[in-house]
Amino acid sequence: MIRLVGILVGLVFTFVVVLAFVVGAYNHITEPAAETAEHAFHLDPHGPAEGFAHNGLMPEWDLAQLQRGYQVYKEVCSACHSLEQVAFRNLAELGYSEEEVKAEAASWVVPAINPDTGENTTRPGTPTDYFPSPYANDVAAAAANNNAIPPDLSLMTKARHHGPEYVYSLLTGYQEPSAELAERFPDSVPGPGLYHNPYFANLNLAMAPPITADGQVTYADGTAATVDQMAQDVAAFLTWTAEPSLVDRVKMGWMVMGFLLFVTILAWLAKKSVWSTLKTRKD
Amino acid sequence: MATTTDTANTEVVAEDGVRRRDFIEIAAVSAAGVGGIFTLIPLVSQMAPSKDVLAESTTELDISTLEPGQSIKAVFRKQPVFVRNLTQAEIEAANAVDVGDLRDAQTLAERTQEGHENILVVMGVCTHLGCVPLGAAEGENKGEYGGYFCPCHGSHYDTAARIRKGPAPTNLEVPEYTFTSDTTIVIG
Amino acid sequence: MSFPWAKQYEPKTGFTKWMDEKLPLPRFVYNAVGAGYPVPRNLSYMWNFGVLAGFCLVLQIVTGVVLAMHYAANAGVAFDSVEHIMRDVNWGWAIRYAHANGASAFFVVLYLHIFRGFFYSSYKAPREMIWLIGVVIFLLTMATAFMGYVLPWGQMSFWGAKVITGLFGAIPLVGEPLQVWLLGGYAPDNAALNRFFSLHFLLPFVIAGVVILHIWALHIPGSSNPTGVEVKSESDTVPFHPYYTAKDGFGLGVFLLVYCAFVFFMPNALGHPDNYIPANPLSTPAHIVPEWYFYPFYAILRAFTFDFILPAKLWGVLAMFAAILVWFFLPWLDKSPVRSGHYRPLFRKFFWFGLVPCMAVLFYCGGAPAEEPYVMISQIATAYYFLHFLVFLPIISSIEKPEPLPFSITEAVLGSDDKAVLGKDAETAA
Repeated sequence: MIRLVGILVGLVFTFVVVLAFVVGAYNHITEPAAETAEHAFHLDPHGPAEGFAHNGLMPEWDLAQLQRGYQVYKEVCSACHSLEQVAFRNLAELGYSEEEVKAEAASWVVPAINPDTGENTTRPGTPTDYFPSPYANDVAAAAANNNAIPPDLSLMTKARHHGPEYVYSLLTGYQEPSAELAERFPDSVPGPGLYHNPYFANLNLAMAPPITADGQVTYADGTAATVDQMAQDVAAFLTWTAEPSLVDRVKMGWMVMGFLLFVTILAWLAKKSVWSTLKTRKD
Repeated sequence: MATTTDTANTEVVAEDGVRRRDFIEIAAVSAAGVGGIFTLIPLVSQMAPSKDVLAESTTELDISTLEPGQSIKAVFRKQPVFVRNLTQAEIEAANAVDVGDLRDAQTLAERTQEGHENILVVMGVCTHLGCVPLGAAEGENKGEYGGYFCPCHGSHYDTAARIRKGPAPTNLEVPEYTFTSDTTIVIG
Repeated sequence: MSFPWAKQYEPKTGFTKWMDEKLPLPRFVYNAVGAGYPVPRNLSYMWNFGVLAGFCLVLQIVTGVVLAMHYAANAGVAFDSVEHIMRDVNWGWAIRYAHANGASAFFVVLYLHIFRGFFYSSYKAPREMIWLIGVVIFLLTMATAFMGYVLPWGQMSFWGAKVITGLFGAIPLVGEPLQVWLLGGYAPDNAALNRFFSLHFLLPFVIAGVVILHIWALHIPGSSNPTGVEVKSESDTVPFHPYYTAKDGFGLGVFLLVYCAFVFFMPNALGHPDNYIPANPLSTPAHIVPEWYFYPFYAILRAFTFDFILPAKLWGVLAMFAAILVWFFLPWLDKSPVRSGHYRPLFRKFFWFGLVPCMAVLFYCGGAPAEEPYVMISQIATAYYFLHFLVFLPIISSIEKPEPLPFSITEAVLGSDDKAVLGKDAETAA
């Protein structure tokens, strides 16, 4: 009885799904889905030619690069993007001394409350403060940016596939839409306030090219600030902001793996020795 | 192996000393135990204060408007801190006490900073069990010795915030602080 | 319970004797996973996954309780509290990654455990109850995992909660009020997040209780084995300890190596980047998918795209639930007298060339975007899935001519029962 009912139920589900398949296949053949501009012109992100120090099996932070990236964030990105998960005290991990961290924190203006009047005011940052948002709230951010709220950058490299490469590619990937794109997908040609970038999901983003000219920042360590260099540096910096434990994690991982391998080999030998009493009985 | 035929019992029992086989089994179990102990480290230390809690924070106070006899309550690392501008009478009362008779022997001078003997900065945390003593705000019970009084279990502190009566074992704690100007102190 | 030749617990010291009188917990453990539990001697490494699943449950409970000490179930701060764990809490990143990847590891182990059951027909009498309880455990684990994924309150958390509770909205008449009741609102928000956290904390302990029933039920007939032949004599079994404790210990080591490689080297490989974007009720990510372990069922859900009498959405929901519920009926759908796939030529072919590729396709299509050809492929796989369990399996079990079975487990291992030293010879030797 159960089997009879089962066969019937199975056939019903099969029938309905096959019906859906036939209808879907018919529609697919008669009216194939139109090719989309995203599909045709989107490019996968790629890292800089020399790679990132934090990649690979033995990752390291390139502290000089992270400091440069921080400078790019501070002088360029922070005009529109917040970094709200990061506190100034975290900058110590980039190799800054305690005094430098304090000075760096004090160079930022953070929101505060006037102790006498209770009104909103500002004060210089201290190491325990978090990076302030450039806008008071989302409404202000939207109003100032043509309704496109600039996302927080703390976790950007974890919030995109191949995040560090994505940031680097996006920053160096602005270009005029090709004639082919304009011809095949006139709707995908950026309108006013939009910019073409093949690394962005839908090819058109509201962020104007932020890094446009060599020497846009003047690096404290004397590195030549080419567009490519600035893009890599800020991508590396944002990798650190998203995952400050990355290097420690992988180092810890090797120790754990080494220990586990040792224990597992011992466990295998122990298993063999326990079972040997039984195996010897085999003929 | 010859040993297997004469031990019908399949358990490996070391009757004639430790054999190689036993050694491997003991080693495997011990190594696993060591690994287990190591995994306790994160599980235990996660309860310790996290980095944001440990991060050195400071409290800056402007005492320019603090008149003699007045106190202010501020917050330092999530705990109350009392700053009192002592009157001349209060200073004298504090200095009149024989330090040797005190439960926690300290002079007022030891509890204030040179040049600012009238400014007494103490944590507003009773050293008995951590309640907030009264006496900092206008009109509050200052206790029998005119300083602070903890209502939880009746500890009386004098004008130098030294324990005089009740269960508290030590004087109210003086936090680390510095005068960055004559009217500004930074605690922590 | 158990076999007559099972070894008896004999307390030796004064304390263990006293303990045995007052609370025979050592005896209980001895009989459950110690030398007092005789187990078929021929279990392969496919029999490791039960113990590994138990390990995963403990791992998830331990790391989860610890995370709950730092997590805040409030829509306003949940996302930030997870980042607080990642950045500020001592070892927080390790504990969170261990928990997140622990969920994936749990499902890998569960799927392998279940498919072991499919191949060796572990669901057959006298083990139906073990199987039924096992399916219940799987359902509870799915619910727990789903609610856990909501807690970080990222984009995938939010939209996962919305879409999955939306499934209940497909139920005629009561659907919409039911969905609102489940969420405590019209969309996922604080109320939903808080109840999911509460239930996510509670359910693992419910699972632990049901796991005890699962193991209890297992100890009545004893473990199945790769031949599917029942235990006949003492020579067919070995004591669980030390034989299978040693074997499981080695299996655990291998499991931990793979698991830790994920935790330390690619902790986000199985997650989705969108969940590092805070929940935004006004913007759905371009490509929403559940966690990978729900892919097959998600593919089945999306395979129903045509309104036939009932709306397509309802068909999808029915099929998705039916896809798991059908497992409850396996003991009665498959009437073959032979258990093990090793001795069932036709069943074996359908398993390896039908069910396994079908599940692989469903896994792949469940994670792919809802566009052609993925939808059409998953429709074919879905059709096969239902045909396999509900049509082919009953028919195969009626028409198949099984291959000859060994007389006993001992014969399967040693070639002949006479060679068994552990049986009657053992008694003379002792």
